[in-house]
Amino acid sequence: MSRLQVVSGKGGTGKTTVAAALALALATEGKRALLVEVEGRQGIAQLFETEALPYEERKIAVAPGGGEVYALAIDAELALLDYLQMFYKLGSAGRALKKLGAIDFATTIAPGVRDVLLTGKACEAVRRKDKRGRFVYDYVVMDAPPTGRITRFLNVNDEVAGLAKVGPIHNQAQAVMRVLKSRETAVHLVTLLEEMPVQETVDGIAELRTAHLPVGRVVVNMVRPQVLDATDLELVRETPRAELARSLSGAGLGGARRGGHAERLVDPLLAQAGEYAERYTLEQEQRAALGELGLPTHELPLLAEGMDLAGLYELATELRKQGIA
Amino acid sequence: MSPDDPARHQKGSPARRQEGSPARQQESARRLAPARVLDVDALLEDPRNRIVVCCGSGGVGKTTTAAALGLRAAERGRKVVVLTIDPARRLAQSMGIDSLDNTPRRVKGVDDAAGGELHAMMLDMKRTFDEIVESHADPERAAAILGNPFYQSLSAGFAGTQEYMAMEKLGQLRAKDEWDLIVVDTPPSRSALDFLDAPKRLGSFLDGKLIRVLLAPAKVGGRAGMKFLNVGMSMMTGVLGKVLGGQFLKDVQTFVAAMDSMFGGFRTRADATYKLLQASGTAFLVVAAPERDALREAAYFVERLAAEDMPLAGLVLNRVHGSGADRLSAERALAAAENLEDPRIVDQDGGKAGIRTAPGNSPDPHGSSGPADSVPDDSATDISPEALDTSAETSSDVTGASDGAPDSAGAPDAPERSVDALTAGLLRLHAERMHLLAREQRTRDRFTARHPEVAVTEVAALPGDVHDLAGLRDIGARLATGRPELPGPDA
Repeated sequence: MSRLQVVSGKGGTGKTTVAAALALALATEGKRALLVEVEGRQGIAQLFETEALPYEERKIAVAPGGGEVYALAIDAELALLDYLQMFYKLGSAGRALKKLGAIDFATTIAPGVRDVLLTGKACEAVRRKDKRGRFVYDYVVMDAPPTGRITRFLNVNDEVAGLAKVGPIHNQAQAVMRVLKSRETAVHLVTLLEEMPVQETVDGIAELRTAHLPVGRVVVNMVRPQVLDATDLELVRETPRAELARSLSGAGLGGARRGGHAERLVDPLLAQAGEYAERYTLEQEQRAALGELGLPTHELPLLAEGMDLAGLYELATELRKQGIA
Repeated sequence: MSPDDPARHQKGSPARRQEGSPARQQESARRLAPARVLDVDALLEDPRNRIVVCCGSGGVGKTTTAAALGLRAAERGRKVVVLTIDPARRLAQSMGIDSLDNTPRRVKGVDDAAGGELHAMMLDMKRTFDEIVESHADPERAAAILGNPFYQSLSAGFAGTQEYMAMEKLGQLRAKDEWDLIVVDTPPSRSALDFLDAPKRLGSFLDGKLIRVLLAPAKVGGRAGMKFLNVGMSMMTGVLGKVLGGQFLKDVQTFVAAMDSMFGGFRTRADATYKLLQASGTAFLVVAAPERDALREAAYFVERLAAEDMPLAGLVLNRVHGSGADRLSAERALAAAENLEDPRIVDQDGGKAGIRTAPGNSPDPHGSSGPADSVPDDSATDISPEALDTSAETSSDVTGASDGAPDSAGAPDAPERSVDALTAGLLRLHAERMHLLAREQRTRDRFTARHPEVAVTEVAALPGDVHDLAGLRDIGARLATGRPELPGPDA
């Protein structure tokens, strides 16, 4: 099992949720996982219903069986200042740089530097050991940028290594790249059973593979429960309306005669079944498209009550059950 | 506790008095819905409106909304261009813009009876950046910039370049004045607000102090007063050089020196775009779905637009679910489904009319109870005698209507899946829909309580994706209606 688990996905597919559930699942039974956020959105804090995370590793959840989940919102600017302090003992010169806008420049404008700092911090946490030589974190789970940018984000170290041909940033980029392209890392993609997210997933995986980044699993999120199956849908088409009306009437929903309560329910219920059938077909198509990727694929249910902390634990349990952690 | 609670309590109270009447509760839920309905057609038709910006978090249907608005405006007589950022492949193909060429193309198949036209384009951010360079520098200098590795990374990869270029392109399109209306989609940023910030950020960087620091070694001499400062600055560049590597810094310096003449231009352009967004001919539409995160982002956006003096037209709420049978509550639907699935509670001959299914299907335990344990229906308390005698009537209808299939009601060879099991499934599906409706309503109420001033238009959820003009036209009509058109029980 790779120790750096990168979770990406198209916007709106719930990658932060999946990353958090994965961290919980991996921490189950006495393990320690670090969940890192790199986009400054404070999505983790919202999910765990806690105040905004500082640039500091702190425990945010206890996993079933005594494990711990720590969280860190990586701030590129602070990471750079840290870094300069570490290598150059800059002190007030660091502040002067900041005043000049150099930090801003390096972290937001200079291509790739920001990404090296973010992935670099995550890789540092992966490699960090305690005094007794054991890894501080069993797993590091990264809530990464969306599918459209993930390859560039992870591969940017190559780019920086090309731009900054010598110097510490160059060395850091090289070191980070060694971790990211090894078996220590797995990049998972979160998708929905809808056309665009699936298409992006397929494209994203092709890009990751071209860049020799290790592709992990596909997680299909928010899968709606199957209420009717293919046989039912076939039956919906064949059953005369009047029979449905009588059946509804038999269930205590009013008269079956034309204009009766039960009879008037038939059309709307059939319309809903029609929408369901259309979606069912589309979902089957998307499942087939994902199947062709030849990757381990997992499905997480849509939570009826919406996403909350309890739901997060539910998803974590589901991930464990499916053997992802 | 949120400040909206008292208001909700007040508005909710009439429903509470009507305890046990789901229909009334539903009606009161409707009254809670936003009072202001966004008039999309008025927005699109008003000749004073020249720019519509669709913004919102990722995955809420921004691009589709932008395209549908563009099509509707065009078919109502305006000459429109839609600027999309990253459209779904099939949507782009349906508009004939599947190639990234940065040029508006006329969309075929648009109804031009009203004299309008629809053009569409997909943003090529690198090309847009290149064009700026080419138009502001002499050919030799432009070539030097375009070939600089720093520039190449910046123009293709800098998070924010896409946002900046989208706004740049918008400014260009507006300046050309060839179109009555420009509908622009915003990039799928990590935050929906990036496109507002990026131009400023890029502008202030390219115009800022750091640039001067980086330029310092390249500029020999300089004013006398700057000399002392220059010592400090070269120290800074020294540090930067150490961190980033000398070559990198050299590339940046070359780039900066070559771009020197354009910096003022960047700042001016960023400022001009910003003012354009604030101008009265511009309208922002915040796009969201009735989900917690999307609406939270939408609320944030509404506040931010107000703070920036950007004119907000309203909220487009996509993917709203409805039900033609919303008077049947989830609870009653589930209870009825249970009745049907447990034949010991309710069993009626008429309801047992089975349908032959594909051979080989395993028998459904619920459907196989047969007519033996038929008991008089006593649980369907609200069925009038009139209703009961209809069931005999419809029974004969069935025999006539079912295309030759034997009416198996009461037949000893019990069907593999009964109509009752199917009906129960339909009722469960309905219960699920009603739960979803309730959840969406709660989410919307939270937004409305926070921003009652925002006009809203709702678009019903579609089972599949939209990828042709007919689909866009349909969305456009739904946008203009303001409320999802639902098949009513009487439809």
